[in-house]
Amino acid sequence: MKHLISAADLSLDEILSILDTAEEMSVVNDRDVKKLPTLRGKTVVNLFFEDSTRTRISFEVAAKRLSADVINFSAKGSSVSKGESLKDTAQTLEAMGAQALIVRHHASGAAHNLANSGWISSHIINAGDGKHEHPTQALLDAFTMRKRIHGSHSRGKSLDGLKVLIVGDVLHSRVARSNLLLLRSLGAEVRLAAPATLLPANPNFLGASYYLGLDDAIDEFHPDVVMMLRVQLERMSASFFPTAREYSRGWGLSAERLARLSENAIVMHPGPMNRGLEISSEAADSAQSTVLEQVANGISVRMSVLYHLMSGETRE
Amino acid sequence: MSTRTVLSSEDIDRAITRIAHQIIEANHGTSNLVLLGIPTRGVVLANRIARAIANNYPDFDPSNSVGRLDITMYRDDLDRKPTRAVTETELPAKGITDQTLVLVDDVLFSGRTIRAALDALTEYGRPRAVKLAVLIDRGHRELPIRADFVGKNLPSSRDERINVQLTESDAENQVVIES
Repeated sequence: MKHLISAADLSLDEILSILDTAEEMSVVNDRDVKKLPTLRGKTVVNLFFEDSTRTRISFEVAAKRLSADVINFSAKGSSVSKGESLKDTAQTLEAMGAQALIVRHHASGAAHNLANSGWISSHIINAGDGKHEHPTQALLDAFTMRKRIHGSHSRGKSLDGLKVLIVGDVLHSRVARSNLLLLRSLGAEVRLAAPATLLPANPNFLGASYYLGLDDAIDEFHPDVVMMLRVQLERMSASFFPTAREYSRGWGLSAERLARLSENAIVMHPGPMNRGLEISSEAADSAQSTVLEQVANGISVRMSVLYHLMSGETRE
Repeated sequence: MSTRTVLSSEDIDRAITRIAHQIIEANHGTSNLVLLGIPTRGVVLANRIARAIANNYPDFDPSNSVGRLDITMYRDDLDRKPTRAVTETELPAKGITDQTLVLVDDVLFSGRTIRAALDALTEYGRPRAVKLAVLIDRGHRELPIRADFVGKNLPSSRDERINVQLTESDAENQVVIES
């Protein structure tokens, strides 16, 4: 593996290898000395054109635990505000010795472009590109589900037969797309629940069936996993629903809806949460919620991804 | 390509029994002894040696004295080989601090695996002493490392391949040399 751009690029074997290695990384993260010498002397750049808390810090912690040097770049306060292009920015960073670029960009396809344009030869990891994909989020979500189901016997297991319901703003969500692709490779059955205005133009999005009501979805599908998506107000150029209150009534995971889920069902949210909009505090703070586990697992999964990309023969 | 068997199944059993006795002799008994196998075949051998010790010393409890140490993340050749799978590390519940620790591997060659193992160990504790047991010592050391317990010294050419096969992980139980 040279780059990680899309969850669709990963074969089942590659996914399992990343998740199994992440299991070992999570053991390291529980040790007193949370450090491995694996990427010593390598330089990783966090190239962030969009705001981010958890993804950027998670990648930074992951790279540091593998002993890589980390440079944080955010577009605000850089030469990008003077008009420097993506190409020039990336080439500049590579000239300073970066071997891997972790890219978040508001334009779909930015990471793909950096990987395939021939501008630079660094490893590219897509940390979210517009409305397209966010593959490490999908990997950490899959890791979290596997861990909840199989506990310490997770190694080598797929998610065969698991029923996953993705709820909310599918239209603007790169998390939904990456999860759909990845979870399907792992054998899970994924369905969507969203208001018609927040579904893509072709509602059979990537072949997943959908519900136009959250209550119908819960009662008919009996999901093992409910993944709530953040309502991405910053990407909404038009009104997609009348009021926040109406959205919350129809599509929020309330205490009452939480109680209707099966006892072992888990509630996921990629964060940051809009409490009271798509998820109630009762659901977010319940024992079924994996929100904080997802954050902790993100470090292990990103360590594994960095290891898979940056170790191994360099074919040049 | 020619193949020659250098250790038969019985030879391997005898070597393991002998190494087991030598370990107990050097340690003056079974107290504070931990065996750590290096995956894949070092783990198999560590378990066999532990069984051989337990046969003679009933006070030795393999379930709290044998573990496995994955050294992948500590290797110095990660850039030279395809990406390696990382496997589990399991230590006995009593840990390794103040124990006499015996690292077990199948073939001792350049010594780089053992160098990585010594680095990995520092993350888990401070053993009183670290010893090394190997089934085959084939020479060609690139680091100042030697084994304390050796099944068989097998001077070999660098072009030859030493193939250790153990029933727990392979079809056969033998050591063959391919050239």
